[in-house]
Amino acid sequence: MTGEPALRVRGIRKNFGDHVALDGVDLDVADGEVVTVIGPSGSGKSTLIRCVHQLETIDSGAIYLDDELLGHERHRGALRPLGTRRVAAQRSRMSMVFQQFHLIPHFTVLRNITEAPVRVHGRPRQEAEAEARELLERVGLADRADHYPRQLSGGQQQRVAIARAVAARPRVMLFDEPTSALDPELVDEVLAVMRQLAAEGMTMVVVTHEIAFAREVADRCVFMEAGRIVESGRPDDMFTNPRTTRLRSFLARHRDSLATPQEHVS
Amino acid sequence: MAGPLSLTERPTGPKTDDVALSRRRVRPWRVVAGTVLAVVAVLLVHFLVTNPRLEWDVVGEYLFDPSVLSGLGTTVWLAVAATVIGSVLGALLAAAQMSQFPPVRWAATLYIGVFRGIPPLVQLIFWFNLAYLVPRISLGIPFGPEFASWDANEVITPVTAAVIGLSLVESAYLAEIIRGGLLGVEQGQRDAARAMGFTPGQTFFRVVLPQAMRVIIPPGGSQFISVLKGTALVSVIAMADLLHSVQVVYNRTYEIVPMLIVACLWYLAVVTLFTIGQRWLERHFSRGHTTGGLTRRPKKTSHGVSV
Repeated sequence: MTGEPALRVRGIRKNFGDHVALDGVDLDVADGEVVTVIGPSGSGKSTLIRCVHQLETIDSGAIYLDDELLGHERHRGALRPLGTRRVAAQRSRMSMVFQQFHLIPHFTVLRNITEAPVRVHGRPRQEAEAEARELLERVGLADRADHYPRQLSGGQQQRVAIARAVAARPRVMLFDEPTSALDPELVDEVLAVMRQLAAEGMTMVVVTHEIAFAREVADRCVFMEAGRIVESGRPDDMFTNPRTTRLRSFLARHRDSLATPQEHVS
Repeated sequence: MAGPLSLTERPTGPKTDDVALSRRRVRPWRVVAGTVLAVVAVLLVHFLVTNPRLEWDVVGEYLFDPSVLSGLGTTVWLAVAATVIGSVLGALLAAAQMSQFPPVRWAATLYIGVFRGIPPLVQLIFWFNLAYLVPRISLGIPFGPEFASWDANEVITPVTAAVIGLSLVESAYLAEIIRGGLLGVEQGQRDAARAMGFTPGQTFFRVVLPQAMRVIIPPGGSQFISVLKGTALVSVIAMADLLHSVQVVYNRTYEIVPMLIVACLWYLAVVTLFTIGQRWLERHFSRGHTTGGLTRRPKKTSHGVSV
């Protein structure tokens, strides 16, 4: 966790019509760091990582991945938007795991995982399939390779989605509330996979409602409200000793899930 | 022992009933409907068999007549050509309607409005008479030099007028069908494809279109059947389609009814065949969209592991 940050977010703003979704957000994510983002609904957490992955355009500010400006290039002394292929190439260096999984329904599980490595990164299909099977093994779904996503439970689909995201060998992995759409009894299997990734040194930005998980797995935690980062720091300091009243009241509302942080450790 | 109530335990108490032992209920309206249908069927068969004016021998004689078969061929290829050209144009129009650039949207909407709004018969006659409006068709830079030009009277034959007319009408209808299909694919699928680093082209052809096809195929199939029947219109511009070819015969022999029956039988045969093909396509594009036991057949992998 030393040296240049893998990801730098500088003063980004994003409006949806009259609604201010992001109101000047700065965030550095170091190599190998796990940053969790918490905050009430509508605070801009998801918008933040969707902007980082260029699924939304930003209105001002800048985002850098390994010192490369995302989405724009310098042209005759001014910035101009990149063409769609260049943007796609930049996106291929990060991965995103969605709340609703978004596996491709007409591809088998194996194909979902190999599609980006083969089509985007140009790896040989055989090699990609071998790696995909290894990843499926790691997320405990080796026997599901030839199933279609709809035949799996939500937790299984999300584990496949994580395997798909890892298969692209991303520089940074972004998680957009990965357990919010799951039945409570399926949450743990997904968190376990994410915990494993974090332990292996993956650089991760995790937007989550799982407060206990956010505390346990993070190197650093960020609390957002109304499109701004209100407080950030080491999770233990932040959770035991919140500096702002807004974080204090947010944590109070989630006291139940914090009271038993061991509950989710499986 | 009075333990906790178990669902698997046989309930005790007074004698219970078993619905499996019930008799069938008599449904009088079904009896009425069945009788009516049977009577109608008998009447119909009686009519078809006994009415001498149907002249079934003439039907048999001309059913495989070379001129009829050639007309059938024309009808089928015209419908296929109109559908293929219409699909390509329709896809472009659908894309145009979803463009971020308003003028492109307006143009597409106007195009669809015009070609859906004017009766196809009128459009066909119009295209057939294009030479009056535009005597020469030329290729070149607008208001600049001209590279080549043709006499419109030679270019616009019944065939080109029919292909152009039917394709344009088809493209307008198919554009709406394709647009509906594309809108039916959830935004998350596009997000996921883009998040994987897919280019817009890969996103469209690998992820969005295959899913849209599920929604496009059923109305698209109906549209094909509709244009297949719509080809009968080209007989007015003297193109030798199925209807025109039987008309040529009955204008000579006055065996109008049996010749129309020949045409009807062929239309029904082709439509039935394509409907079967459509079912197959629907099944193909619904793969992965059922939760049932529809797994891909087990495949031997390079590791020799059968999964």
